Amino acid sequence: MPERTATIASRSGLHARPAALFAEAAGEQPVEVTIAMHGEPADDALDAASILSLMTLGAAKGDVVVLRAEGDGADAALDALVKLLETDLDAE
Amino acid sequence: MQNFQGVGVSPGRIIGSVRQMPKPVSEPPSGERLGADVSPEDAVAGLKAAAQAVHDELKGRADTASGDGKAVLEATALMAKDTMLLKSAAKLINAGSSAERAIWEAGASVSEMLHNLGGYMAERATDVLDVRARIVAELRGVPAPGIPASDTPFILVAEDLAPADTATLNPAVVLALVTSGGGPQSHTAIIARSLGLPAVVAAHGVDSVADGSEVYVDGAAGFVAVSPSEEQRAAARAWAETSATLAEFDGNGTTADGHLVPLLANVGGAKDAVAAAALGAQGVGLFRTEFCFLERDTEPSVDEQAAAYKAVFDAFPGKKVVLRTLDAGADKPLPFLTDATEPNPALGVRGYRTDFTTPGVLERQLEAIARAASESDADVWVMAPMISTAAEAGRFASLCAAAGIQTPGVMVEVPSAALTAATVLREVGFASLGTNDLTQYAMAADRQLGPLAELNTPWQPAVLRLVQLTVEGAAQEGSGREGDPKPVGVCGEAAADPALAVVLTGLGVTTLSMTARSLAAVGTVLKTVTLEQAQELARLALSAPSALEARDWVRAKLPVLEELGL
Repeated sequence: MPERTATIASRSGLHARPAALFAEAAGEQPVEVTIAMHGEPADDALDAASILSLMTLGAAKGDVVVLRAEGDGADAALDALVKLLETDLDAE
Repeated sequence: MQNFQGVGVSPGRIIGSVRQMPKPVSEPPSGERLGADVSPEDAVAGLKAAAQAVHDELKGRADTASGDGKAVLEATALMAKDTMLLKSAAKLINAGSSAERAIWEAGASVSEMLHNLGGYMAERATDVLDVRARIVAELRGVPAPGIPASDTPFILVAEDLAPADTATLNPAVVLALVTSGGGPQSHTAIIARSLGLPAVVAAHGVDSVADGSEVYVDGAAGFVAVSPSEEQRAAARAWAETSATLAEFDGNGTTADGHLVPLLANVGGAKDAVAAAALGAQGVGLFRTEFCFLERDTEPSVDEQAAAYKAVFDAFPGKKVVLRTLDAGADKPLPFLTDATEPNPALGVRGYRTDFTTPGVLERQLEAIARAASESDADVWVMAPMISTAAEAGRFASLCAAAGIQTPGVMVEVPSAALTAATVLREVGFASLGTNDLTQYAMAADRQLGPLAELNTPWQPAVLRLVQLTVEGAAQEGSGREGDPKPVGVCGEAAADPALAVVLTGLGVTTLSMTARSLAAVGTVLKTVTLEQAQELARLALSAPSALEARDWVRAKLPVLEELGL
């Protein structure tokens, strides 16, 4: 299964506005994307399009997360989402 | 023609059309099952459609909002169609639960999860509950809870408003507030005064007025009339003119004969302070420092605090700024300081008392204040909330001295401090009466309870007597900084009531601190009486057998109030 790691760049972590922007972008992808903290088992991964899941994940700035997806367009989807995570969304 | 009499809490005479705030959504009964004629698939589809509708509505509002409000609405809109929430609700529906009950329970468990994470997440827990209530309302086909969204101005009628409603209250479209419950110290009253909106609380029966009805509201007299008369229309027109002149304070609080009563502002941060200075405030009588601490899991650093305090001090160079040290507990819980499981939080470890259980936080705050004061030109005074004894006052003064703070003081809000004011003031340089809590404790009546509204007013002769005892204690204690009796100010909501401000002046209170919007009205009325007349009115109020009579007797002697619509 394609996967990518990303380091959270937003100052407030994956909370509030960054979480909303990311969940919305994840929901627009053609494939289901999951998110987990780096080192956590894939079985515990959460739905990346769920803002509530993202909030319970509690990822702070500098934390490393793993994104996973499967199917047509998975690689492109993951690349786009990694880019979003590695942007400081609080600055926009 | 239908009339309602309530308690006026914020002046203004205005005519507008009514919008009723929908009743809070009731909990679907525990164990409510799916109807026999509905398949789980249809129920899940119905739930998803309701969730989508709630999402679209919130998203639409987010699109027209700006700043922080927009971000919160966008996040809340996403929660409405969140897969985690909807999947766990679908699971319950497949097990036979009704859609309403399923989303109710799913929302509760997600909200609890967020609550347990603390901090920012804990605050979002209430957003999940709000979304859940909206989805249930949508499923039932009843109006969404909360303040109605509208582009045309209206008079909001509600049972009572919660602090959370302030965020969604748009003062550009809400003309006035009327509630059937609540009291003079309720959140509705505080919100109305800070926004400068006319408001009437405890107007029983007003919930029955139909949406769209035209009503006249007199926020000083506490009166609401359906289908306004010609006289009432004229009164509303006159108010529109006088309110413009009442919007400006000349920055000089004095009686007609030149007895100076500086009028100060209550502020909660630098933004408030700048606005208060622009409105002519002669200083700050209550700087609430909680803003620095609320919504945090850990204590802010000394550097961070000092910078935040200095920003307020800098709005008042050369003027007095009275800072209140951290007042956590009761209605202002803080995870690192207060115990949320206390059976009786108003009588618990709150205010100065948090220093008993978590020593160090107060000393670090005093260090930050001293540093900020030394870097600014404001005349900084510092007081502790919830002081009950002279020994506590003494200990606070020595903590201040150790930090290098020149003028320590105490809040008088526990009746014991008023009763022993002479010995309390021997320890410190000044006192400030917090009339909201002083009233709550003197009358043993919770500030938020509508049924106790009549008890919970600072017009209660018992409360006025406690004010008088504090002033007498201060006089007995003798000299303050300049040889006069030690100053006793008032910084509760009472100071914002022009009639009560006159009475407090007559009782010997030296400064009045209020929400900046009230400065002009209080200043205007104070200028119409001499100190001797104010003292006479104070004696009259003290002699009254009830709060109602105290207020009526004093108002009858101040015809200027009626002329100005105050």
